[in-house]
Amino acid sequence: MLEIRELEVYYGVIRALKKISLHVEKGEIVTLIGANGAGKTTALRTISGLLRPTSGSILLNGDDITQASPRERVRKGMSHVPEGRRMFPDMSVLENLELGAFLRRDKEAIEEDLMRVYERFPVLYERRKQMAGTLSGGEQQMLAIGRALMSRPEVLLLDEPSMGLAPLLVQEIFNMIRTINESGTTVLLVEQNANMALQIASRAYVLETGSIVLSGEAKELMESEEIKKAYLGGN
Amino acid sequence: MGQFLQQIFNSISIGSIYALIALGYTMVYGIIRLINFAHASVYMLGAYIGYFAMTYFGLGFVPSILLAMLICMIVGVLIEKIAYKPLRNAARIAVLITAIGVSMFIEYGMMFLVKANVRSYPPMSGFLAKSFSVGAMTITAQQILILAVTIILMVVLQIVVKTTRTGKAMRAVSQDREAAELMGIDVNSTISFTFAIGSALAGAAGVLVGVYYNSINPLMGMLPGLKAFVAAVFGGIGLIPGAVLGGYFIGAVEVFVAGYGNSMYRDAVVFAILILVLILKPAGLLGKSGREKV
Ligand SMILES: Nc1ncnc2c1ncn2[C@@H]1O[C@H](COP(=O)(O)OP(=O)(O)OP(=O)(O)O)[C@@H](O)[C@H]1O
Ligand SMILES: [Mg+2]
Repeated sequence: MLEIRELEVYYGVIRALKKISLHVEKGEIVTLIGANGAGKTTALRTISGLLRPTSGSILLNGDDITQASPRERVRKGMSHVPEGRRMFPDMSVLENLELGAFLRRDKEAIEEDLMRVYERFPVLYERRKQMAGTLSGGEQQMLAIGRALMSRPEVLLLDEPSMGLAPLLVQEIFNMIRTINESGTTVLLVEQNANMALQIASRAYVLETGSIVLSGEAKELMESEEIKKAYLGGN
Repeated sequence: MGQFLQQIFNSISIGSIYALIALGYTMVYGIIRLINFAHASVYMLGAYIGYFAMTYFGLGFVPSILLAMLICMIVGVLIEKIAYKPLRNAARIAVLITAIGVSMFIEYGMMFLVKANVRSYPPMSGFLAKSFSVGAMTITAQQILILAVTIILMVVLQIVVKTTRTGKAMRAVSQDREAAELMGIDVNSTISFTFAIGSALAGAAGVLVGVYYNSINPLMGMLPGLKAFVAAVFGGIGLIPGAVLGGYFIGAVEVFVAGYGNSMYRDAVVFAILILVLILKPAGLLGKSGREKV
């Protein structure tokens, strides 16, 4: 469904991604884990078109979208929940959600999807008239995910949804990601919280200073000594 | 008391003009964080287009103002595309200097084309030549016209910004450009649209000033432009209601300083207000302090 080949990204002279390749198949949850500064956000931003790679290619359902604008990628079924939620702070929760469906014209289906988001996140329904900037961190994360779902994505890119949330909330968000996946959305999940990410993912890639150093089945990686030492806080 | 009411009414007329110009400053600032100094020259162009439409083509007020708005709209979009867009990722100061350059180019270009002399709008006839006495006050039809046109434009603007797709895109881009891109919003066309609306409002203000004060010249935009900018800052740059509030406030300050004090101090007081606002409440009257506001 989503394939990244030899992606290389520079910030000026700094090489942030060193020819990484990865793929995500339809229906999967794949996670990209790594420490601070490994290049996870850079990878997602390049995939959604906010950054341009110097070389390499990105394929979505077989189409080469390396040169496509973020707008075209949304049209083709990609949706990106960026690092730090990035709400529209001075718009209501409802307006934020409506903007998620910006490119769609099917009014009735949008309305249905809105109801579905409210079912998934009842707190968003309660707060629908509240300004997004006044929501708590957890609520903002839910809104960010809900907003991304409003475009009816085939593949959802999530950048550290657990960031800054209390453990209980992290659990809740991860359960939500799992149910979203079960209802048919493919997920590429970027996380520092390797433990949680590996629990819901089927496969994982480990990114270290711009290179993929390890990949495989999530279950196997969870057992691997290297991972335990570096990312799971085990000893 | 009669004089006080008269001053209030006079300040509404001039305040409307400032508010219309300030809206363009504030919307453009909101979306690309640029003080578009060329905005005042677009206002001047609007005044000239209205003048030519009325004098040489014999058009009435309504077609003239619509024509001025349309042409200013196109000019505004072109300014953005030609002068600012290539600098989208450049340092802010570079864009600011470019804006001043564009402003000079238009003002002195106009001086070359139409000469520097002051021109007079044709005298209004019919209803627009009338004036009415209400108690001790005299209200001219032109003042009513300015207020009516301003109200209509603001209502339309409000509807566009609050309810249309493009209006929502505008607000989204001004609050978080990248997040807006991730929603599939076309940022370039949204920025063009913002310039279009702001410039159309400036064009309308230009024609209204021509009708009201009767005299126009290629440098007429300089001082009102600066004052409208003060108005936008006063209300909170980037905020649409702030620009309206600021416009009427600055209009009132001017009229009252001239009416009760000394008209020589009028401009000084306006700029003193700018300095005070920048010191005491840099985010403006309606702005939230702390975060950089849209
Ligand atoms: N705009 C930028 N300009 C220059 N360097 C950048 C920029 N953004 C990121 N970098 C650098 O690129 C590298 C990768 O950053 P990135 O944000 O992708 O990491 P990350 O894995 O998402 O980290 P975190 O877990 O902290 O979010 C870092 O060394 C960072 O300093
Ligand atoms: Mg990151």
